[in-house]
Amino acid sequence: MRLSTGGQIDRSRPLDFRFDGVAYSGYHGDTLASALMANGLKVVGRSFKYHRPRGIFSAGSEEPNALVILGAGARAEPNVRATMQELFAGLEARSQNRWPSLDWDVMEVNDLVADFLGAGFYYKTFMWPKAFWEKLYEPVIRRAAGLGALSGQADPDANEKAFAHCDLLVIGAGPAGLMAALQAGEAGVDVILCDEDRTPGGSLLSSTEDVDGMAAPDWAAEAVARLEAMPNVRIMTRTTVTGVYDGGTYGALERVGRHLQHRPGPLPVDCFWRIVAKRAVLAAGALERPVAFQDNDRPGVMLSSALRAYVNRYAVAPGSSVTVFGNNDDAHRTARDLLAAGVHVAGLIDARHEATTDLDLPFYPGAVVSRVTGRMGLETVSLRTHKGEVKLQSDCLAVSGGWNPSLHLTCHLNGRPVWDEGIASFLPAPEGMPGLIPAGGAAGHFPTWEALESGRAAAARALEEMGHAVPHQKVPEAEGAPYSVKALWHVPGKGRAWLDLANDVTVKDVRTAASENFRSVEHMKRYTTQGMAPDQGKTSNLSAMAVLGDATGRDVAQTGITTYRPPYVPVPIAAMGAGGKGRGFAPERLTTSHGRSLAMNAPMIEAGLWYRPSYFPRAGEKTWRQSCDREVSMVRQSVGIADVSTLGKIDIQGRDAGAFLDFVYANTFSTLKEGRVRYGLMLREDGHVMDDGTTARLGPQHYLMTTTTAAAGEVMGHLEFAAQVLRPDWDVRLISVTEQWAQFAVAGPQSRALLEEVLGRDLGSDVLPFMGWMPVTIGDVGGRLFRISFSGELAYELALPARYGESLFTQLVKRAEARGGGAYGMEALNVLRIEKGLLTHAELHGRTTAFDLGLDRMMSRKKAFIGQAGASRPGLLAEDRERLVGLRPVGAVQMIPAGAFLFNEGDEAVRESAQGYVTSTAFSPTLGHTVALGFLKSGPDRIGERIRMVDHLRGVVTLCEVCEPCFLDPEGERPRA
Amino acid sequence: MRLTCPLCGERDLREFTYRGAALARPEGEAWGDDWHDYIHLRDNPAGESREYWAHSTGCAAVLLVTRDTRTHEVLGSALAKGGGA
Amino acid sequence: MPELTLIAQNALPQGVVTTLAGTRIEVLPMRRLTALMPGPDAGPLAEALMAQHGLGLPAPGAVEHAEQAECLWFGMGQYLLVGPAPAPGLAEAATLTDQSDAWATVLLEGPAARDVLARLCPLDLRARAFAPGATARTELAHMAASVTRTGPDGFRVMVFRSMAETLLHELRAALEAVAARGMV
Repeated sequence: MRLSTGGQIDRSRPLDFRFDGVAYSGYHGDTLASALMANGLKVVGRSFKYHRPRGIFSAGSEEPNALVILGAGARAEPNVRATMQELFAGLEARSQNRWPSLDWDVMEVNDLVADFLGAGFYYKTFMWPKAFWEKLYEPVIRRAAGLGALSGQADPDANEKAFAHCDLLVIGAGPAGLMAALQAGEAGVDVILCDEDRTPGGSLLSSTEDVDGMAAPDWAAEAVARLEAMPNVRIMTRTTVTGVYDGGTYGALERVGRHLQHRPGPLPVDCFWRIVAKRAVLAAGALERPVAFQDNDRPGVMLSSALRAYVNRYAVAPGSSVTVFGNNDDAHRTARDLLAAGVHVAGLIDARHEATTDLDLPFYPGAVVSRVTGRMGLETVSLRTHKGEVKLQSDCLAVSGGWNPSLHLTCHLNGRPVWDEGIASFLPAPEGMPGLIPAGGAAGHFPTWEALESGRAAAARALEEMGHAVPHQKVPEAEGAPYSVKALWHVPGKGRAWLDLANDVTVKDVRTAASENFRSVEHMKRYTTQGMAPDQGKTSNLSAMAVLGDATGRDVAQTGITTYRPPYVPVPIAAMGAGGKGRGFAPERLTTSHGRSLAMNAPMIEAGLWYRPSYFPRAGEKTWRQSCDREVSMVRQSVGIADVSTLGKIDIQGRDAGAFLDFVYANTFSTLKEGRVRYGLMLREDGHVMDDGTTARLGPQHYLMTTTTAAAGEVMGHLEFAAQVLRPDWDVRLISVTEQWAQFAVAGPQSRALLEEVLGRDLGSDVLPFMGWMPVTIGDVGGRLFRISFSGELAYELALPARYGESLFTQLVKRAEARGGGAYGMEALNVLRIEKGLLTHAELHGRTTAFDLGLDRMMSRKKAFIGQAGASRPGLLAEDRERLVGLRPVGAVQMIPAGAFLFNEGDEAVRESAQGYVTSTAFSPTLGHTVALGFLKSGPDRIGERIRMVDHLRGVVTLCEVCEPCFLDPEGERPRA
Repeated sequence: MRLTCPLCGERDLREFTYRGAALARPEGEAWGDDWHDYIHLRDNPAGESREYWAHSTGCAAVLLVTRDTRTHEVLGSALAKGGGA
Repeated sequence: MPELTLIAQNALPQGVVTTLAGTRIEVLPMRRLTALMPGPDAGPLAEALMAQHGLGLPAPGAVEHAEQAECLWFGMGQYLLVGPAPAPGLAEAATLTDQSDAWATVLLEGPAARDVLARLCPLDLRARAFAPGATARTELAHMAASVTRTGPDGFRVMVFRSMAETLLHELRAALEAVAARGMV
């Protein structure tokens, strides 16, 4: 219930919200958890496995119990921690993992048969029959156990990613973090201060202590105001640093829009930050741990410090009669604050015999809580004192088992925590965390003054390491009583005592694991699932390790602790992948003819990042094949125009340009005459073919290389590597000119006539022979005309600066149409080249050699080149390798699908007897049947043989005839015409 | 991970492309053990490793990077073209 | 057939595309871009640039300015002359490659410009790391890009012409998201 005064809530701003369909009201400044508590709700969820009623346990991101579904429909977000969710007007939340309701959950039957559901139950029980696992056991178990479910609909929300850079990243804005930021901020370095709360201040916000003579929250606010006035300091609230990565890179999740009733459309719900910092101060504070005893998961049992946060910060009392139990001074602090807030305290229990108090309340030193009762809300607390059992009537129990430094981030780069007997917990490793300096609670400095001072000192150390002067920074006066704790993990007794509330793991489960020899913490963790819930065991890990140690006769230090890995808190995949949806998935590369092609209704096909037209449908054409056949015939009979700008174009100059080409190509280019073009084959160092293309010699030391569209980037990288690493002393200058030029194939018997008309000059073979090039001008625009052919026809490629691309394409197409031709797309381009047996990456797929392709004669013996030694390996020159052949069907119209395998007639169609495979296939309108290219063992020696093609996937069997890999004009007379 | 390009300064990993272990190319035209080593065999050092990285969306320089495989610490980077000096 | 007439087109329609939060995305007009690659010895190019264009040879990450002309460091062994046609003397000191049509140039200017760019680009954009006048080859939304800081709040972004629309889309989406933060 809400206290009448106090707290940092704004009582003038009431907020209405709904939980499980019921209307409630809270205040601005509340979390969903504090608002539910203020409305008297005890049970807010059901547990993972046993469906036990559960209440709010913490006041922060470590919450294991109070996970709810926020929102509805596609926006429904499961597993939202009510303790982190800021209240806003109109908030709608539902409890999860219960059916039909929170009060009456049929799966609670699990709790009654809990003896059978302990650690390893699933592994042992659902082993047989094997086939039942996937179809029966797993679906049933998944329905019974689990947390909230995703909506199953596409995420309608915007997400964002962003980069930030600073000198010092301060992780956490509690006393240590604020002091670190002040120290570094005043030194003038760039500081980013992140805190996962809406308000910086950390533990100070829930404290009734004084700092520098003022209330702790006021001091925090003043420190924040000072920092905000510094232009070099950036404060990021609602931002949790989730991971540490190499080179001073930190991941951080900023909750941008989750606290808003109305979000402007483009506002992201989350932003995932990559923050690069020279140094970081880890001031993430510490997490309180509970003590395990019988039924310690009952609603109303909560962390002692959380209770202080609810009372002091949110002005809510989670009960009318509160019992406080601890093994350290934190419990006393809670009892004191409760009394000050006017809340009845039924008793203060301190496990330490020597403990004393001046508080006016029933005090039980040297006692422990042995059990609590109250299924839907705490009713009694049983104590074991030196005088015997005592039972207190109480509806809330605050528990403090001590504090664990939040050192998770120090483990992300393999820092191994070290046990500290003084705080009965692990401290960050003294080294092994490059650039990351722990401070405050995260370094075991729990008292406020110690935290302030260690924050300052950490920042000072960072400044010194970065070579900056350290200005004097006064540490304010604050409480400095030393921390004292007596380790207490578990109160022995009957019944079940919970360690991991989120995954329903009990003391008995851990002992079972130990008794079955899962002695390593990593094995125990996986066997019991302790620490594997969304909260990652933040409040349970250490206790579980201690119980394991106890069961295996080791102390905690020997037992060790599991490895913490990123992320520190759950990060939605949508946030990590922000920007990758829809058009953000990959850049779209558009040719200059793109708009014109779309206007001609051409469907686009992706080629790498490029979009290229598949075909250009005309009136009356109902299928792509009709358009494709027509376009092929156009090129064979008149003239076709295709945009080939996507091919990579690399300008190569320098004194050693010719030698360099000889080195990177298998064949020779230094002998190529100016004005001429040559087909080139590029090998990888292992002797396999990397790419092919044509290269023109533009001048004495000037070449223009063409690559395939697919390999343009790879080839450029390869050439840079060859030039810089393999031939560093050569003068070779490389630059991509792919984007400078729009280039169009003009192909077909009428291509020359068309271009003569366009260029206004004679283009006979004496002027421009096959495999030649010449500079041309249209008006005053200079371009290049190459006489090369990827169709087997008389053909040219005309290149002009890209700005004229659309204009040129439009007019070339118009002129082609006037001659009975027109534009052709990728489908026709592919048919044309298969008819001629010309290669693409279907054949140059990375496992084929020049020998396989019948191009071994291109490998020069007169000079050294990349791949030369590799290609000479006997195994790559064996006659019985799978080598390029043509295939055509025997008999009536039959399919030869690409990807199908080839078998000898009579052989069984299994892998062992495979003779080869089909790589490219097309219906040839020119020949009236299907033509295909493929690789066949000893292929060239088997021309004329019959081979059986089997496509297991599509269920197609075709009898083929092996033929030369060229179906048209084998002498190559047409392009030379 | 971040790498320092001698020309561009410290940059994010996403600007770079790994180009393999920094090995001397045998250069001989005939296949032999040296080529077999160069193409197929790699040490897997626990400690210092020398590798090539191309600053592919940056300045296009190929870098010789020395890195500790145990800690991921980058011990040094230089232009490969200068012989990695 | 009438004579073939060529019409020049920028990769994107020139002009202001969006203004939000006082920050505008503007497609800049095409300018003459010439890649200069001096090879092993950049000395003659430095002299020729100064003599012919009044431009110094920029150090890595820097831009040199003259009236109507600038020269960007554009990668290892590469410089980009922006504005004028290269003077004839340059060809003797470096290989020249016309790149005028290869790049699309967009200006991002205004108080949100840095925040917008920080959504797309891993570059350290702090003024002390990337001051006005600095230039970088970097990655922007999976694209190879050139980013030049034109002023405290101004960045000139270049990507390959074919990706111009993607650049606009990414910049616009990032600006909308950044601007939306100012509305709540």
